[in-house]
Amino acid sequence: MNDTSHTMMMNETGAQLEAQMACRNLDFYYGKYHALKNINLEIYKRNVTAFIGPSGCGKSTLLRTMNRMYDLYPDQRATGELLLDGKNMLDRKVDVTVLRAKVGMVFQKPTPFPMSIYENIAFGVRLHEQLSKSEMEERVEWALRKAALWDEAKDKLGQSGMSLSGGQQQRLCIARGIAVKPEVLLLDEPTSALDPISTMRIEELIGELKAEFTIAIVTHNMQQAARISDFTAYMYLGEMIEFGVTDQVFIKPKKKATEDYITGRFG
Amino acid sequence: MELLTQRKLINKAALSLSMAAMAFGLFWLAWILFTTLQLGVAGISVDLFTKMTPPPGASEPGGLLNAIVGSAIMVSLATALGTPIGILAGIYLAEYGRHTWLGHATRFINDILLSAPSIVIGLFIYAIYVAKVGNFSGISGVLALALIVIPVVVATTENMLKLVPNTLREAAFALGAPKSTVILKVTLKASTAGVITGILLAVARIAGETAPLLFTALSNQFWSLNLNEPMANLPVTIFKFAMSPFTEWQQLAWAGVLLITLGVLGLNIIARVLFRQKHKN
Repeated sequence: MNDTSHTMMMNETGAQLEAQMACRNLDFYYGKYHALKNINLEIYKRNVTAFIGPSGCGKSTLLRTMNRMYDLYPDQRATGELLLDGKNMLDRKVDVTVLRAKVGMVFQKPTPFPMSIYENIAFGVRLHEQLSKSEMEERVEWALRKAALWDEAKDKLGQSGMSLSGGQQQRLCIARGIAVKPEVLLLDEPTSALDPISTMRIEELIGELKAEFTIAIVTHNMQQAARISDFTAYMYLGEMIEFGVTDQVFIKPKKKATEDYITGRFG
Repeated sequence: MELLTQRKLINKAALSLSMAAMAFGLFWLAWILFTTLQLGVAGISVDLFTKMTPPPGASEPGGLLNAIVGSAIMVSLATALGTPIGILAGIYLAEYGRHTWLGHATRFINDILLSAPSIVIGLFIYAIYVAKVGNFSGISGVLALALIVIPVVVATTENMLKLVPNTLREAAFALGAPKSTVILKVTLKASTAGVITGILLAVARIAGETAPLLFTALSNQFWSLNLNEPMANLPVTIFKFAMSPFTEWQQLAWAGVLLITLGVLGLNIIARVLFRQKHKN
């Protein structure tokens, strides 16, 4: 690729960054509606990238392209390239289940499966790995600890996942996502259905998880993006208006449109 | 202020009307239950469950054992036959064929089958099976009842699967689960209580069906477990006995009616309880 100089970006600490995922001339269509227009960006390894923009700007659509969730719906399609570790994931030859094992997703509303807390986490692991009983127990504990849910859930692993509170359910969904050991975790407005305290816990969690996972998060909350992300992408009407280091985007945006949105003059 | 009074009056009127409608419906149901109990309870005895249906004018009162067992056999076999087909077709409609022409066509045909008069189904099995084989049989009764079970199970399975939020499906797909796993482990599991409710309602429906058995299983005065011969069953026995001039037969018919009514009522209550439990979770 001839644009490596462009992919090598510096963060605040000045360390060189490696792109885990990248979009190249990515377009997306809902039937005839052109929802994403020529998107180009990098998602850097072990960093948090936030997508902000008004409703309908395409940020969730972009996230759903990154694990090919749109494959479920026959009238949706994407063109261009979506690179994961340099390989184009939009290639029809790529097995979508393998892609989704590497790119996990957590949704807006907590979606525990109708099974026990333990089974909720083991479900995804069993799809991709054959573990012994003790290995599986270790993995479940590991995932629950990573998601800061172990202390609350360790005594009721056999209870239904639905018995947890909303914030706990969302952490269960995060635990379920990381139990598969993905490289990337996509978070689609993970705190918009949660109370402030649960939101704070999830935000702290995101800060811890980025030591091991690459995170892309869609959020409606600009303060949240500013608090937790290393990079921010501002989108509007299906286009990537500005992408850069979060501090720069928020303090000194290059584009007037970004400034207007961030300062609340619009949106 | 006047608007508020008006609104309150309209509210009261609407409430009274709906209460009256409910009372009207409940009144008949209560009357049916009361009459059935009143006339049936006299026929309830140990003999009812241990003796065979008696010939007319018999010295011994007799019972309904052969009819009860015959009904139980045919209803169980019809449910065992119709349920898997119904669930599989329901899964197809809800998970695979939602927007395909085959799905639409299947759903349309199923709706017709669902509302088809049961006598049509009885005559259909008569024409394609009983007339060809040459005699009435338990197995043809099973086939007719299964044909009634299938559309009920298809419709409830489809509706229950459609109630499963799409976010749950997407969450399972997002972990890299193939479609079959998503359906078996997640969506079908999330709707288990609803699907079982549908099966119970189907059982309740066929337990009292007379018309489809009249031309297929017919009835049998005697004990018989042979599915290739006419088989005794409660609805047709009730039909035959209730129309007869013999008081012992009429008494047995009322006892049979009570048994079926209580059975159907019990199944409906179980179905309700199961469904409520699901919605509590």
